[in-house]
Amino acid sequence: MAKVNVKVCLGTTCFVMGSANLQELIELVPRKYGDQVDVAGSPCLGLCSIDWEFSKAPYVKVDDEVIKEATVEKVLTAIDKKLGK
Amino acid sequence: MSINTPNKQTSHLKREILVRLIRAYLGDNFEEDVRLIPFEMRPKGSEVPFRCCIHKERAILRDRVIAGLGFDIEEAQDSELLSDLAAKAVKREQPEEHPLTLLQTACNECVPARIHVTDLCQGCVARPCESACRFGAIKVVDGKSRIDHEKCKNCGMCAQVCPFQAITKIIVPCENACPVGAIAKDEDGLTKIDHEKCISCGKCVSACPFGAVHKKSQVIDIIKHIKAGEKVIAMVAPSIMAQLPCTPKQLKQAILQIGFSDVIEVAVGADVTTKKESDEFKERVIEGGAPFMTTSCCAAYNELVEKHIPEIKPYRSSTGTPAYYTAEIVKKEQPEAITVFFSPCVAKRREAMQNPNIDYVLNFEELGAWFVALHVQVAECDEAEYSQDSSAQARNFAITGGVAAAVNSLLDENEKANAYVINGLDKAGIRDLKKFAKNGKCELGNLIEVMACPGGCIGGSSTINSYKQAAKQLDAYVKSSPDIKEIVK
Ligand code: FES
Repeated sequence: MAKVNVKVCLGTTCFVMGSANLQELIELVPRKYGDQVDVAGSPCLGLCSIDWEFSKAPYVKVDDEVIKEATVEKVLTAIDKKLGK
Repeated sequence: MSINTPNKQTSHLKREILVRLIRAYLGDNFEEDVRLIPFEMRPKGSEVPFRCCIHKERAILRDRVIAGLGFDIEEAQDSELLSDLAAKAVKREQPEEHPLTLLQTACNECVPARIHVTDLCQGCVARPCESACRFGAIKVVDGKSRIDHEKCKNCGMCAQVCPFQAITKIIVPCENACPVGAIAKDEDGLTKIDHEKCISCGKCVSACPFGAVHKKSQVIDIIKHIKAGEKVIAMVAPSIMAQLPCTPKQLKQAILQIGFSDVIEVAVGADVTTKKESDEFKERVIEGGAPFMTTSCCAAYNELVEKHIPEIKPYRSSTGTPAYYTAEIVKKEQPEAITVFFSPCVAKRREAMQNPNIDYVLNFEELGAWFVALHVQVAECDEAEYSQDSSAQARNFAITGGVAAAVNSLLDENEKANAYVINGLDKAGIRDLKKFAKNGKCELGNLIEVMACPGGCIGGSSTINSYKQAAKQLDAYVKSSPDIKEIVK
């Protein structure tokens, strides 16, 4: 099965609007899913400046799916879904 | 005690408002744009995420905007238009005196503290609750314990003895978090801050699940000077280096980019503080035989001493804070400059109010919002050099234990202080301090470092980064910095 790819946006907008608190995902995800999932911090994903969408930050991408106002729980749920859990 | 776990939804809301306010002020239609903020955040037909209806949501957002404009929410009249308040904010000469204000419309959703019997009550035969209550306030009626709230003193004895753990104490989070009893809900369910008692530690801000305690922002006042083309200098607290995903030099560039004319590390002043405080420790404790000395750099602790423990004054170091020396240096070199202290906490606003060399305070959340408003990506900024270097020890003031360690670094082997750290002020810590002052001794050490926020300044109530990451980032910077002996000669 293809690996799930998770990008946590650590661009300034997302960081200020809450991804500072998502950094724990970068340690938590590998512990939880082993090598089924790749996770990394990312520079600005370019989503915050489209139509001034800063208010929906922080953004996380799970493969192609964009998670708005991301929280640790939302991201884990999205990963579970991808893995068919 | 938990360290700086920001209430995510409420800080998201507060930051969103700041971004919109800053954008509005930097645009051409400030007053009208401010008026529209609640409507833009909750447009017609949008979901109502938190309250009963869209109108209440907007009303509450309006009140939050008032705090963002730097005014007291309680004092503003309901009939006053946001656009008028925006105009007033721009005309204001001086920021308001007390840094905190309460959004009472958000806080009446939480009930006054009281003892509550839950459904778990079995109406048992033993009824230990009845016999434990010294006020005759609890009786079993119709097979269930009931509390007479007229008589109940909230002592919680009944809860302790209940074999089913069926009785709980409902707390008011802000009351519970305040170490000095300065915030309370009265009979009518209205919460009030007693500014005579308040030490501006900001614990209520982080504790309130409704985000009802607001900081009055000075961001409009600061931008006003920048717009007027004045020379505005950023004095950044050591904790800032742990806040954003970039290097300290990129951060300087980012701050220049939003309009400041220079950036100086408050660690420069922390080097002066360290030198003076270690000399003072030697003189007072080692040579003078004083039983102990406390540090003096935490603004909330200094307010605590003034308002609640004046008897500890003779034991507190008379050395100025890092912000004090930094501002002195800047104003001496450039008396015409406007100085802005970049702060991790609320308490520094009070310190600034009492120091004519510090004109304004901008907290890290506000700085973050400013970057968002202007689309500044800090990680993409070039690096700008700081004109004055500071030491590893000074940069480490931002974390618990850092101040005491810095003082010790300048003391000789046989003079080293035995440091005791109060890591986060709470009621127990305050009791200890009172005891040390009263007895004129402290068995736990002869240098007491007091940090109002658990973890130190990087755990402050206006920080952005999560504690663990912040500690890591700060540590890396400290490790790359010169030793204090190379800076302080
Ligand atoms: S900062 Fe995250 S999308 Fe731009």
